[in-house]
Amino acid sequence: MFDFYFHLHLIVRLVLQSLAVILVLFPIAAACSMAERKISAWIQGRPGPNRTIAPIGGLLTPLGLVGRIPFLGPFLQQMGIFQLAADGGKFTFKEDPVPGHVNKFYFVLAPIISMIPALTTVVVVPVGAYFAVVDGVKVLKPIVLANVDIGLLAVFAVSSLGVYSVILAGWASNSKYAFLGGVRASAQLISYELSMTLSVLPVFLWINKPGGQGTLSLFDAVQFQSGVFHGFSLASLHGLWGVCYMPVSAFIFLVALFAETNRAPFDMPESESELVAGFHTEYGAFKWSLFFLAEYCHMIIGSAVCILLFFGGWNLLPWVPLATLIDWLSHFISFAGHPLFMGLVGIAIFLGKVFFFIFFFMWVRWTLPRFRYDQVMDLGWKKLLPLSIANLLFYTLGIALLQK
Amino acid sequence: MAALFFYIFSTFTVASALAVVFNKNTVASALALLMSLVGVASIFVLLDAFLLAALMVFVYAGAVVALFLFIVMLLDVQGGVRKPFKKITIASSGIALVLLALGLYSFWKSGAQTTAELGQIVPVGATLKNYGELLFTTYLLPVQIVGFLLLIAMLGVIVLSKKFEGLEDIK
Repeated sequence: MFDFYFHLHLIVRLVLQSLAVILVLFPIAAACSMAERKISAWIQGRPGPNRTIAPIGGLLTPLGLVGRIPFLGPFLQQMGIFQLAADGGKFTFKEDPVPGHVNKFYFVLAPIISMIPALTTVVVVPVGAYFAVVDGVKVLKPIVLANVDIGLLAVFAVSSLGVYSVILAGWASNSKYAFLGGVRASAQLISYELSMTLSVLPVFLWINKPGGQGTLSLFDAVQFQSGVFHGFSLASLHGLWGVCYMPVSAFIFLVALFAETNRAPFDMPESESELVAGFHTEYGAFKWSLFFLAEYCHMIIGSAVCILLFFGGWNLLPWVPLATLIDWLSHFISFAGHPLFMGLVGIAIFLGKVFFFIFFFMWVRWTLPRFRYDQVMDLGWKKLLPLSIANLLFYTLGIALLQK
Repeated sequence: MAALFFYIFSTFTVASALAVVFNKNTVASALALLMSLVGVASIFVLLDAFLLAALMVFVYAGAVVALFLFIVMLLDVQGGVRKPFKKITIASSGIALVLLALGLYSFWKSGAQTTAELGQIVPVGATLKNYGELLFTTYLLPVQIVGFLLLIAMLGVIVLSKKFEGLEDIK
């Protein structure tokens, strides 16, 4: 099976790999919308969607049959699993109105553009690692669509294009609420990009030692965090996660990530108490659901980058890198040494962390009240930016002294 | 393969650059500029200058054009129509056309000699390390001067836009 796969043409393989990534990313993003409703219900002490069940006949027959299984069916119904299918069907089949007063071309273009950065950034995000034998030497290789040297810069560059969909949607809708939402979004995204970029610089100051080749690769960022315990010395730092010795950087990055993904308490562009629904006021049906999916894709990729930089990537615990874990597992499981097993374990650990971060996003959204707009600007420019500059200076001096 | 991609990307870049100039709608012009910049970045990728491509998208496509669009929309929410070209614009574009023709002519005359060597040239600033080293050694002064220029522009904007009422706080 593997031989057959590796004998395929490179382009066919790349297309298959990209499809695999999209086929994982999309259902997760869709499931997040369901999780959001359930978690918000749980936090607010109400049941949430718990009635929907697929009809026993008709298009959704497999789902309908699953719903009739004793104990499991009612449990899934309580968890609102079938609501996901109902929502998806609704978004796809309901009428998709285009109001008469909008600029039609850009109105349709905006939701399409919103998906492009969300699906492009995932290309350079590694999700796991495996041992490959290259010229008789075991080498740890990342599971990633394109392992480029400028990984993080590429993520930042492409995700900064996400602002256009929001601006365009706001402008093309030709309505004051939508326009205000779009303008707010662009101002907010540009303001927080600065602190975000400055907050990750210390990570790469640690990684790029003098005399090295210089890298911004996300895989190297995880490699730096996967080491074992060597006693209380500088070498043990390699095993710790970034958040342990760069808590301020991780904090600034997380706050900026909330602002960049337009999540509460930074959901200025769509604050419904002021702007109806902000930039997507005039959208409905499938176009609206594209915006919604793009927001969740941004959240998934943003938390993935945060995990890679500060939370150890696919390593289970600090000082327990994936390779050590696989070594330990091979005492119990015979096929643990297989690259496929190692890759799957790495991906599972990584996805587990991503799910936790998405839960964290929702937790914050349903706990904190929304900021006022001037508070958002104040926080971005007067607090986070000076803090991130001071943080950068601190680590620059500290690393220079340590590595002297 | 690379040649095919080059033709696709360069046609895309030039076509969207033309769209910037000829589009009547200012918002559409700004978006065409965005596409043109992305096209330039893709040509950088073909040249193996990944860093430049990423910086191009990050700085210009991501931030500068967003600001352009922002300002265009704020000044004219309805996405107004551009005024017809002035005589001086037509004259200057004529001069630019002559210069372009001269440049193309020189390419056509001597292009064959340089392209043969192009493959052997090692892009010095293509890797992160070399790029950083050049920025902090050879080109340190230009970088400082450009940074200073930006600082002056920033201060100018603050002075122009802020209303200094009751000057007690800045005395």
